[in-house]
Order: sequence, then structure tokens, then C-alpha cells
Amino acid sequence: MGAFGGHDGRERRWRGLDRLESGNRPPRSLLVALVLASVTLITLDVSGSGASPLEPARRVVGEALGPAESAAAAAVRPFTSVPAWFRSKGDLSDQVRELEATNAELRGQVELAGFDRNRLEQYDGLTAAAADLGSALVPARVVALGSRQSQSFTVTIDAGSRAGVGPDMTVVNNDGLVGRVLRVTRSTATVLLIIDPDSTVGGRVGSSMEIGFVNGSGSLDQDSALDLRLVDDASVPARDDTVVTWGSTTGPYAPGVPIGTITEVYSSLREASQRAVVKPFVDFSALDVVGVMVPSGAPSDRAIVEADGSLR
Amino acid sequence: MTYLRWLAALVAVVVALVVQVSLFPHVSWHGIVPNLCLLVVVAAALTVEAPFALLLGFAAGLVLDLAPPADHVAGRWALALTVAAFLAARVRQDVRPTALAVVGTVAAASFVATSLFALSGVLLSDPAMSVAGLLEVVLVAVVWDVLLTPFVLPPLMKLFSRLGPQWATP
Repeated sequence: MGAFGGHDGRERRWRGLDRLESGNRPPRSLLVALVLASVTLITLDVSGSGASPLEPARRVVGEALGPAESAAAAAVRPFTSVPAWFRSKGDLSDQVRELEATNAELRGQVELAGFDRNRLEQYDGLTAAAADLGSALVPARVVALGSRQSQSFTVTIDAGSRAGVGPDMTVVNNDGLVGRVLRVTRSTATVLLIIDPDSTVGGRVGSSMEIGFVNGSGSLDQDSALDLRLVDDASVPARDDTVVTWGSTTGPYAPGVPIGTITEVYSSLREASQRAVVKPFVDFSALDVVGVMVPSGAPSDRAIVEADGSLR
Repeated sequence: MTYLRWLAALVAVVVALVVQVSLFPHVSWHGIVPNLCLLVVVAAALTVEAPFALLLGFAAGLVLDLAPPADHVAGRWALALTVAAFLAARVRQDVRPTALAVVGTVAAASFVATSLFALSGVLLSDPAMSVAGLLEVVLVAVVWDVLLTPFVLPPLMKLFSRLGPQWATP
């Protein structure tokens, strides 16, 4: 009996250790519950016809985190613009060398032009873009970028519904088409870049006026970022031809915005169509100042760039 | 104590997310950034009890799914980070894990979470990506996460263990 008792005692001790460890062992039931919850969310989001039932949740999280992202981007900006400053100093010194030969007075001014010169050029470019496109632009800056792990090419900009930005508006910068607005909160908006694999833009080849569809290839590689498929199989796009958007002023993409130049043309025998690789004008790895195209005269919380280039 | 721990954990997740989307894109490698939210979840899983870590994994994933630049199907990161938290919680011992164990857990959790996310994307074709591209993304993400581990994990683990002492004192 005594031996049995000792045995019992030992067993109890082991059981005791087990109990101690059980706080350690991850509970399977909770794992299963949470995995099922995730799957339910995925199903809700995928099968929701039209507007997803999770859209309000996205909006709430966006309202909460948008200002934080804007603030973080603003705090980080002085540091990230340091390399750009060095780059533009290099450009400046070239410029200075040219000017030295012609105008000694201008040289002093160029040397004084400092930190924000690049920025200024970009804003200047935006004004020119607004004049070209014939609509007002809300200037905004990119405050957050989606990661490659998340597999979608989206950015957050610091202009939202208060600035007059709404879903499906066209986003450009001084080089060309950037993307379109997916959803807005009061102070931020999420923009789908045209290099996203899910993005399709109606494109028109500049010289032949042939229309087609420009798809993102899902890579940040500047030379192969976009694919163009023409509607008319017979027409062959030429290399170095410019691709611009076609569309309506009410649709997601405003017409006549430059997208990129054709770098390669492949003909696919199987699909009997032409595929062209388009190099976008916009450098998507260095996006900063962008403009959202809004109807001229739209109310906004900031100065917007009107079609004639004036600030309002 | 638990409320305080939840508060600290959620603040850590929000800070991680904001830094991840606003600061790290400037130093990203081909758009791949370290997944700081995952690091927060792993730190919790290695420090405090498993149910907390699992719930935190789900919550962090949900925030990643819904916060502004995200446009993928919601629930994918929640799934990935919950499973990562489960795996990391299995590693946890009653004593403080060694540095090597922490790094190994981070690498494994990062690999599993990013792969799960990528695979769910393939299943849902949201968006369709090539397998080579996915592999590159997964491997670079693991390297990024391991690189950041020495800077992120020790303070977080210290924070979590102070808010809920779990280890037997050695």
C-alpha cells in the first residue's frame, strides 16, 4: 500500500507539472476558432457582391490610422529627403557649371537654391499637368506604401474626402498616370497603382489611336511594369510609341493622361493578339507628390491647382 | 494587469504597422519590408501565455488587413499571423528562450506567415502571382525579419514579461 501511495504521489507530482505546462501548450480549440474566424472574414470579403460587408470596418480603421500614418510620414520625410538632396546637389552643380559660362549673377541664385528645389520642381510639374489635362488637381503626398508581402501595389495619400477626393478619381503626377482612388477616409485615400496586377486601364496608342487594355504586371521593375493588349489584333504597336488613357471624364480614368512608352512588342500566336510591354512614365519606387483629378471648382480643404495653372 | 498587457500589445501593433507602412518603404528591397507586426506577435507568443498570443496574432492580422494601404481580401493576414502565433507559442518554455531560439522562431514564423499569406492569395487568385516571385518575396521577408529581430524582440519581450511574469526565475 505504501509503495502504491508513493507511486500515487509521484503521479500526482507529474500531473501537477502537466497542469503547470498546460498554460504553455497552445490551445487547439482557440486556434481552430480563430482560423475559422479568418476564413469567415475571407469568405465575407470575397463573396460580398458589390460593396464588401467589411468596407465599413476598413473605413473605421482607416479613419483611425490614416492621421497616424500621415504624421509618421511627415516625421520621416526630412530624413528620407537627404539622399534626394545630395542627388539634386549633383544636378545643381552641373547646372551651375553651365550657368557660369553664361551668367555669373544666376550662379549665385542657383547655389542658394536649397533643400526644397526638387519639391518645387515637382509642384511646378503638377501645375503644368493640370493645364495639360484640363481639370483641377488636389495636391497630395504619399504617406504609406503597401508591402510586397501583401502582394498589392497600393499607397495611401494624405488627401481624403475633406479635400474633395472621392472613389474612382484619377491620380497623376507630373510624369503621368499613377492610379485611381479606391476608397477614402476623411483625411486619407487609398490609391491603386496601375502596376498592380488587378489594375486594368483603357489605353490608346498615341500614333495609331488604336485602343487596348493596360494591365499591371505586378513588378516594381520600371522597364516591364505594364502590359498592353490591343483590341484590334491586326494592328501592331510600334516601339517607342506613347500610350495614353482613353475613357470618360466620369469613369475611373480621365482620358488623355500619358501612361508610358512601348518598349517591346510580342505577338502571341496562341491568342492571336499583340502584347506590348509598356514602360510607365512614373517612377513608382519614388512616388512622392501626386495630384488627384477633381472636377474644376470642387470644394476642398487645401489650395487646389486649377486647369489654367492658378492656385485656388 | 491583463488590460494593461492588452493595451501595451495593441499600442505595439499599431506603432509597428505605422512604421512598417510609412518608414520602411523608404529602405525596402524591391518593395519588401520587414513585417514588424509579425515580430510583435512572436514576441508575445514567446513571452506570455498562448491564448493571449493567439488572440493578439488574430488582432494584428486584422489590423494589417484593414489599415489603409491594404487592398487584399481581408482575413488573409489574420489567418497567417494566428498560425504563426500558434507555432511560436509551441516553442515557448518555462525559462527565458536563448537568443538562437528566438531568432529561429522568428525565421520560422516569418516563413510560415508569409507563405500562408501567399498561398491564400494563390487559392483566391487575389492577385495571381508567379511562384518564383512568391519565393523571392518569402525569402527576402524572412531575411528582413531576422535582421530586425535583435532590435525589436528584446525590448518587446521585456515589456510583455514585465506586464505578466511567466518565466520561473532561473
